[in-house]
Amino acid sequence: MNKRSSWALPYFIFLLLFVALPLILVMVYAFQDGSGHFTLSNITKFFSDSDALGTFALSLEVAVENTLICILLGYPAAWVLANKEYNRSAVTIVLFILPMWINALMRTLATTELFNMLGVTLGKGTLLYGMVYDYLPFMIYPIYNVLNKMDKSYAEAAQDLGATPWKVFWKVVLPLSMPGVASGVLMVFMPTVSTFAISEFLTNNKIKLFGTIIQENINSSMWNYGAALSLMMLIIIGITTMFQGKDKEVEGGMV
Amino acid sequence: MMKKILAKCYIWILLILLYAPILFIAVFSFTESKVLGNWTGFSTQLYQNLFTGSMQGTGSLMRAVENTLLIALIAAGISTLLGTVAAIGIHNMRGRKRQVISFLNNIPMINPDIITGVSLFLLFVFLHISQGYVTVVLAHISFCTPYVVLSVLPKLTQMNPNIYEAALDLGATPGQALRKVLIPQLRPGMISGFVLAFTMSLDDFAVTFFTRGTVGLDTLSTYIYTDARKGGLTPEFRPLITIMFLCVLLLLLFINIRQFRAEKKQNLK
Repeated sequence: MNKRSSWALPYFIFLLLFVALPLILVMVYAFQDGSGHFTLSNITKFFSDSDALGTFALSLEVAVENTLICILLGYPAAWVLANKEYNRSAVTIVLFILPMWINALMRTLATTELFNMLGVTLGKGTLLYGMVYDYLPFMIYPIYNVLNKMDKSYAEAAQDLGATPWKVFWKVVLPLSMPGVASGVLMVFMPTVSTFAISEFLTNNKIKLFGTIIQENINSSMWNYGAALSLMMLIIIGITTMFQGKDKEVEGGMV
Repeated sequence: MMKKILAKCYIWILLILLYAPILFIAVFSFTESKVLGNWTGFSTQLYQNLFTGSMQGTGSLMRAVENTLLIALIAAGISTLLGTVAAIGIHNMRGRKRQVISFLNNIPMINPDIITGVSLFLLFVFLHISQGYVTVVLAHISFCTPYVVLSVLPKLTQMNPNIYEAALDLGATPGQALRKVLIPQLRPGMISGFVLAFTMSLDDFAVTFFTRGTVGLDTLSTYIYTDARKGGLTPEFRPLITIMFLCVLLLLLFINIRQFRAEKKQNLK
């Protein structure tokens, strides 16, 4: 059976070609000028471009705010859903998972149309609302999963030993559910920090996020600067995944 | 009791907020008005337009839907094949080699779409491959396969390796043992991998956007993007969103109720 390890070879070559090489190319292009010579000018351009720096900061701000709001709204929801006392129906859970399966652009457009109909001015407020709307299910689901699978005897033991319900929650349930929160953060923060179409729709192009700037540069053939900007985003992503540590577990089954 | 009511209220408020936009779109898909929120009487005209393509632009909308489905099918199919074979290989690997391939396998899942899109775009530029259908499918395979690998690997770990050996001892050729013993054991993992890959591909926007080139290939996502930037949602999208929403709702209810029943049955045993 051991010879079977060679079965991974085609996929390994595929990964090298379509995953590793492209990322290396991002770095190579980031440090090249238009004619292929080594340069640092793309990087220095970014750090002296107040527009790009501003959007970079704004993107991070929006992503952090969105992630925090999603935790604050999503955790209680996941807790209620996982609690047999409050919720016994599988349909409610399906209703919370369902939006994850519908094209994000469509849902965003539907939200924008609703705002337009209600006469709400598109701007930062609608941007945040739409982001929370889009990503909340991605926070609820992993937390729900962890809470649902959690061994109830820990909480019961704490209770028997005299902890108040609040204490049980703070000292037992919350710490045990942190892996769920962590994968929720991964599923919410990463897409928000890198989105481009969603922010364009939700603010009617009034507010640009970092993803939009990358897209504009790539589409107007400024590949090298676009690659440099992508590299900046890769660094942010790298830092975020490091925070996740070893137990970063990208959920397989979503049904 | 009070707590229970509060908890239920909270869940229902969230659900109402989550579904309000889709419901509005669904309601206004049954009127002809160009502007959302302007009810001009019940009509199924928009649905007719969508399917007959009689309105300007809806022909290309249906083509975009076809492209989306076809690309998702091809990408998910190839990913399932590639990913299953790879998972069998990875399962039999040890040590450093396994670490390296697992690390590479994780990258597409962690990478934001836009980085995957830009990096593949640069790859195709670098290799002088003209972009179109093929590059989009290749790109989709690259971010779908990791999910298949991760769905199949646990099935291999759960499997009793002796069953395979037993088949060989009883005179099965390795090919027969593979087809009759190994594959049936892996099938649930392959199916959930396929479904995941399929939905990932359906949902994708950024990667398609960067790898479709300039040949005018549109999937639903890129079509919506271009259309919305031209100014407002084409009214025919309202029936489309409604139909897609209903399909997903029915599919998920079907899967979950089946699962729920299966669990119940197992509990009875």
